[in-house]
Amino acid sequence: MEQLLQQLINGISLGSIYALIALGYTMVYGIIGLINFAHGDIYMVGAYVGFALTTFLGLGFLPALIISMLVCSILGILIEKIAYKPIRNSTRIAALITAISVSLFLQYTMMYFVKPDTRTFPTVLKSKILTFFDGKVILDVKNIYIVAVTIILMIGLQYIVHRTKIGKAIRAVSLDKDAAELMGIDVNKTISYTFAMGSALAGAAGVLVGVYYNTINPLMGAGPGLKAFVAAVLGGIGVIPGAAFGGFFLGMIETVVTAYGGSIFKDALSFGILILVLLVRPNGLLGKTVKEKV
Amino acid sequence: MKKNILLVLSLVFTLSLLAGCTTKGTSNSLESDTIKVGVNYELSGSVATYGQNLAAGVELAVEEINKNGGVLGKQIELIKVDNKSEDTESANVATRLVTRNNVVLLLGAATSGNTKAASPVAMQNKVPMISASATADDVTIDSNGKVREYIFKTCFSDSFQGVMMAEFALKDLGFKNAAILGDSTSDYAKGLSTAFKETFTSQGGTVLAEEAYQAKDTDFRAVLTSLKSKNPDVLFIPGYYEEVGLIVRQARELGLNVPILGGDGYESPKFTEIAGEGVLNNVYYSSHYSSMDDSAEVVKFNESFKTKYSKEADAFNALGYDLGYFAKDAIERAGEADTEKIKDAIASTKDFKGVTGSVTIDENHNPVKSVTIIEMKDGVPTFLKKLDPK
Repeated sequence: MEQLLQQLINGISLGSIYALIALGYTMVYGIIGLINFAHGDIYMVGAYVGFALTTFLGLGFLPALIISMLVCSILGILIEKIAYKPIRNSTRIAALITAISVSLFLQYTMMYFVKPDTRTFPTVLKSKILTFFDGKVILDVKNIYIVAVTIILMIGLQYIVHRTKIGKAIRAVSLDKDAAELMGIDVNKTISYTFAMGSALAGAAGVLVGVYYNTINPLMGAGPGLKAFVAAVLGGIGVIPGAAFGGFFLGMIETVVTAYGGSIFKDALSFGILILVLLVRPNGLLGKTVKEKV
Repeated sequence: MKKNILLVLSLVFTLSLLAGCTTKGTSNSLESDTIKVGVNYELSGSVATYGQNLAAGVELAVEEINKNGGVLGKQIELIKVDNKSEDTESANVATRLVTRNNVVLLLGAATSGNTKAASPVAMQNKVPMISASATADDVTIDSNGKVREYIFKTCFSDSFQGVMMAEFALKDLGFKNAAILGDSTSDYAKGLSTAFKETFTSQGGTVLAEEAYQAKDTDFRAVLTSLKSKNPDVLFIPGYYEEVGLIVRQARELGLNVPILGGDGYESPKFTEIAGEGVLNNVYYSSHYSSMDDSAEVVKFNESFKTKYSKEADAFNALGYDLGYFAKDAIERAGEADTEKIKDAIASTKDFKGVTGSVTIDENHNPVKSVTIIEMKDGVPTFLKKLDPK
């Protein structure tokens, strides 16, 4: 029982990070149908911005989080303008290759500037440990922070997408780009906003990971980026609540598998689930079957 | 003035050598006025501190050797290339050093995996290769139990480290129930795990659980929670500092406060940094060297290291330094910069005195050497004791 509760805490904390990155993935896919493989690396840049702000400028957790989100959203817009916009009408494979190139470019440019060594985050959040059931279940205040920040950002995102004019434009463009343009929506601006929001979420995830796990390195984006991709597909790529659900689901699955002695198969299983879902429900667990347009 | 005489002497020597052998296949390196030695290390990537520190040690040794007249009257020229902590890159680097730079001796790599990746290159081109830190058993011995003719190491083997740590856990710490958490992607960790498990169980201990993680993982809370529920007395975590630092931190955060044991993969100043302040206590590992050792060689090495790099030397610095002198010793006894002769000289090394202990190369191309046990006290590695091989 205690172990189960402890594992639940572990799973939710891990899952919320996957969910945050998956949200950005899904938004970009939803609007321009591009699997943005550079997304995990924007998350890495976010972690480094957070690191620089807390280490060299001595900023606290919240200001670092917000500035890092801003920097990442600008980076997201730039990447879209420079790399993705010119090939928007090219084949899907060209877009995919460009995305992978951008990913590698970010990794190795960053490595040049920050050196390949692992850096350690300063302790910006005091580790305060709460114990339950005679110390058998341990909850670090950091876990609460991570989950709380994730949920607040998700609610914010839901609000923007469903209650604001920008959100309406995003939904319109993702449904039909040409029709949206005919209705007077500035498609370029809308795509930029989407990249900005998605990248800001990745930036937030980067700072959270830095605070939670304490270490960052220039190649840290690859693994979680891939996992977030799996999470997005699991939930139904392009569906925002699906990405959140997929992230938590994946975090829990990995934790449960590890808890029952399958630590060696953890990654094999999460990708196995991806294959299974794609075979059985290609649109993801929360995705709707879209009829072919005629 | 002295310099000039040396120069003239070395010139004469080189010329006489040249006159003596013009038809030999390996004469390529003899024509140059330096002895080229390739350095294949992890200067960037996931285990960068090992490679950087080893290289720093080698460079210090070679600088001293060259200042004292070099070897066989020639200067040693180090050609240092980064293998990015990757297997394929390590093989590429070795090929490049052997075929393009015509080195007579390869030094490196730091980890067992990267060393094994480079060893086919050394074997095919018949160039001797020495690693000062590749502790896997099969670095010098192939899967058929045959000794790899051109591959040597100057550090003890994994099985030996695993055996020593199992005995340390049973006899010195008095624990009977252990759990193992190993890096499933590294040969090094697998070698240590197997040896630890065999020794520990055969001498009356029980291994309650054996779990794994993968290099570059950052979240170990789930596996640690499951290990905690099994109530082990001691955790054996063979792996490298980057992950182990995080594991120790997360274990302590989850209230898993039992002693943690490991091997020389913990040896890095980054270990303390990653684990965080006040976390590294009750952690023991086997190592090659401790700067707190007060023998004359160690004190002298420490001083010259401090003068050059203005910091304390760690085990990898010391291993690298020894490797530099070990190579010089072998080339000197070989009598000329010939790959075959150097290989034979390395194989017949007896009681080479270095700062990490005295080295005698056995028939399996491994050294016979003692183990130093280090205890972490508030993140500071402290010398606990030396364990001698039986």
